[in-house]
Amino acid sequence: MMQLALEVGQTAQPEAIMFWILGPMAVVAALGMLLVKKAVHSAILMAFVMVVLAIFYIAQDAVFLGIVQVVVYTGAVMMLFLFILMLVGVDSSDSLTETIAGLRPIAITAAVGFGGLMVSLLGRATLGRQAIGLSAANADGNVQGIAKELFSTYVFPFEVVSALLITAAMGAMVLAHHQRTTVRPTQRQLSINRFRGESLGSAAGLPGPGVYARHNAVDVPALLPDGTPAPTSVNASLEARGDMLDYKSFDLAEVNTQIEEEK
Amino acid sequence: MNAANYLYISALLFTIGAVGVVVRRNAIVVFMCIELMLNAANLSFVTFSRINGDLDGQVMAFFTMVVAACEVVVGLAIIVTIYRSRRSASVDDASLLKR
Repeated sequence: MMQLALEVGQTAQPEAIMFWILGPMAVVAALGMLLVKKAVHSAILMAFVMVVLAIFYIAQDAVFLGIVQVVVYTGAVMMLFLFILMLVGVDSSDSLTETIAGLRPIAITAAVGFGGLMVSLLGRATLGRQAIGLSAANADGNVQGIAKELFSTYVFPFEVVSALLITAAMGAMVLAHHQRTTVRPTQRQLSINRFRGESLGSAAGLPGPGVYARHNAVDVPALLPDGTPAPTSVNASLEARGDMLDYKSFDLAEVNTQIEEEK
Repeated sequence: MNAANYLYISALLFTIGAVGVVVRRNAIVVFMCIELMLNAANLSFVTFSRINGDLDGQVMAFFTMVVAACEVVVGLAIIVTIYRSRRSASVDDASLLKR
């Protein structure tokens, strides 16, 4: 696979074919990142863009960076993103509605202007210049070449970066540390609060989800004595995720008794 | 093939990332768009390293990756902290200073 990528990079025509297949795909995936609703889908598209970039690196004789891109970005960073996505869960911030009036047209206009400026600038700056290529610089091997640079010319920035990494790890630990500012209520206190509250409606705890002849699942609301579904009996995050049916479809008055079989 | 094509795609990815930072509301998606911009800059570094025929650009891209990793660690910790106090990961909800 890597040998193939290296060969693709060194011969002109296969590199062009690879570029014109993967390049547009990367741009489409990046655009999709903006347009899809769910953050998880954005993360998957982002991972795809990163893998494409890794292939581009390897095709441009940057073997070390290509591997690091896969290991660090697609492996560690995207895993961290997905982990935080799971922790934070799904809420209203996923919606694509515009909150600041006129933001989207302005942003798109500015982006077209900026992108056009960059592309035209690049066209003027590098047009007609042939790339030197890295076969001379990579003569001893790409990793050895980078190591030589890193531990001679760039040894001081390298040490500074190590300090930055330690600081970042410390910062994350401090931010993630959670100190309780109030006393944790005891079971006795919780029980007293339930009975001394405004209503006795939840004195016996919230109702559990429904278990019926038709459904036996946590996403089905329990029915109240009058046949209407009880919204509090279902976990709110299930509703936020949009994975469950509308409450109304469980109302006894609305149920279609003609259906022979479900699911 | 002209190596400058990689620079064009890098410019496009950077622009798309910038639009995402402005338009999206979910803090995590905004963060991923910043990562996209950093990656686009990295692609430029690698391409310039090839055009100029030395490895300095690749070393720069390596440093960018390290800084991006630090930024992700701290940024995600901040998002988790904000989420813990406000129960929301929307960048519009963290507007206490405005009021």
